[in-house]
Amino acid sequence: MAKYLGKRIFYIILTLFIVTTITFFLMKLMPGTPLTNQAKLTPTQIHQIYKQYGLDKPVWQQYLVYLGGVIHGNFGTSFQFSNQPVSYLISSRLGPSLIIGGQGMVLGVLAGLIVGAVGAIKANTWVDTSATIISILFISIPSFVLAVLLQYYLGLKLRLFPIADWGGFMYTVLPTLALAASPLAETARFMRTEMVDVLSSDYIELAKAKGLNKVGIIYHHALRNSLIPVVTIIGPLAVNIMTGSMVVENIFSIPGIGEQFVKSILTNDYPTIMGLTIVYSAMLCVVLLITDIVYGLIDPRIRINK
Amino acid sequence: MADNAKQTSADDFTPIAGADRAKLDDEKIATPSLTFLQDSWRRLRKNKAAMIALVLLIILFILAFFSFIFETHNPNATNPNLANLPPKIPGIDINGFNGTIEQSGERINAYAQAHAGNHFYILGTDYLGRDLFSRILYGTRISLEIALIASFFDLAFGVVYGITSGWIGGRVDTLMQRIIEIMLSIPNLVVMVLLILVLKPGMTAIILSIAITSWINMARLVRAQTLELKNQEFILAARTLGESSWKIAFKHLLPNLSSVIIINLMFTIPTAIFFEAFLSYIGIGISAPQASLGTLINDGQKNFQFLPYQMWYPAIVLSVLMIAFNILGDGLRDALDPKSRE
Repeated sequence: MAKYLGKRIFYIILTLFIVTTITFFLMKLMPGTPLTNQAKLTPTQIHQIYKQYGLDKPVWQQYLVYLGGVIHGNFGTSFQFSNQPVSYLISSRLGPSLIIGGQGMVLGVLAGLIVGAVGAIKANTWVDTSATIISILFISIPSFVLAVLLQYYLGLKLRLFPIADWGGFMYTVLPTLALAASPLAETARFMRTEMVDVLSSDYIELAKAKGLNKVGIIYHHALRNSLIPVVTIIGPLAVNIMTGSMVVENIFSIPGIGEQFVKSILTNDYPTIMGLTIVYSAMLCVVLLITDIVYGLIDPRIRINK
Repeated sequence: MADNAKQTSADDFTPIAGADRAKLDDEKIATPSLTFLQDSWRRLRKNKAAMIALVLLIILFILAFFSFIFETHNPNATNPNLANLPPKIPGIDINGFNGTIEQSGERINAYAQAHAGNHFYILGTDYLGRDLFSRILYGTRISLEIALIASFFDLAFGVVYGITSGWIGGRVDTLMQRIIEIMLSIPNLVVMVLLILVLKPGMTAIILSIAITSWINMARLVRAQTLELKNQEFILAARTLGESSWKIAFKHLLPNLSSVIIINLMFTIPTAIFFEAFLSYIGIGISAPQASLGTLINDGQKNFQFLPYQMWYPAIVLSVLMIAFNILGDGLRDALDPKSRE
């Protein structure tokens, strides 16, 4: 286990190193300068500003400086908000994103498990059909459309929830719902297939032959065994949530990293874009590592000592 | 079938004897033999939802790619005098299609107010007076182009990568899998955004970013399937007969991979369409004056409270497109791989 963990962590570091390198050199390829009013500045002033941000050094030196900074959690200073360190921008905005992302994930996966399981138990009935319709709708309708509709109908028309801003649980409800849709659909789809498989397996037949009641069979045998493979889709779901959060946070004006990412893209704030790219990749790596470990722990058939 | 079986009794059957018996060919297969694709098509045809989706997609394809026939106005021509007009279809007098709009509590005829004369716009106009219907057709075409391009890269790159990695195996496989693992741990959207920033927002940047991100899943699935097939007897037989490696890969492996490839393709397409709409929605995709479903939704959303049709129509078209591809994908999975659904 320790060996496996060490190997995985080594790969994560390697991945993040590659991501950092690629983003750094891509950003160097970008057209334009970080100065908005370059024409109005004298060469001395430009030189001074470049020196302040370390842009006067050769690219390889800038790269090493940046890499050294990243190791210490320092992503440079934002171009957009003068003199604000990127690491501060990110860390102060991580909270809201993690809250709505986490809530969306938990709600989506739990609701998806229920929808999928019910669909499988009542396979090929109208219940199953409506469960399938729900999941296809939620997979297909883009999160930005769903978010606007939720905001308008539940927020503005019915006045059930605040339409935007951040502060307290009520503010998280609509964004959470908007984010939960896609994981719900994916989980339901996956769960249904798994559970239909499990329900037709020999040990379920045996349990039925022994005269176990239906609830017992489903709860003790079918549900538990179908749950295991569902863990594997948590990683892709996390990606969905990250993508979704960029627009959902924007629509609901939530001060999170998704909103910041879009904002820095639109204002060419390169250091912030780079910092957030690395943070997103790191989060994804950690989620993937955790799901793999959990998968190994709950399914004794998978051995993690390769 | 079960009912018929109950109604027949032993008396209904008479044994064939004598000359008739001799004429009978026991070995003859009565039904025509179907190829794999024919058989799948037969199964797909039985799936009503999938067929509806297929027909819908064909209609959307025709509408979008022959939009020059159907479009009522130039999608990019602005006309500030006729801005924000609601949908009007002559001869239909239902609120929402008769050119009236609710303003401070009462319905007024927006067309009369704008002195539109004989002009009519079946889905209304946007804030610059551009015809929404023509713009939606144009946006749909971009979405479908993206779908075709993503499929092309999925096939040209994903499949080849997967087969190569699985078939050669060993060190090459390990290296190729490490590359995929690294690409998987960067969210696709981040890769796309970076590329789009380096290039310039627009169709080329979107195509390139989709090309780089879309093939990974296909490559993984094809590799896994190749590894499974590699050790089966028919491959061994081909090898024993001295067939060259590449010939085996493309003559024996590829046909057996076709169902995996088609199924996965059907799930790449809606993802690609979504990403294009998403990028255009946040403002780094297709840029003005060109229309994409994403930009149309973004424009419409600003006026959603007062002119809801401006967001509803592009949103509905985008959703229908995604739903149709997803349903067709589900249907194809059941048709090509009947084991997956009992």
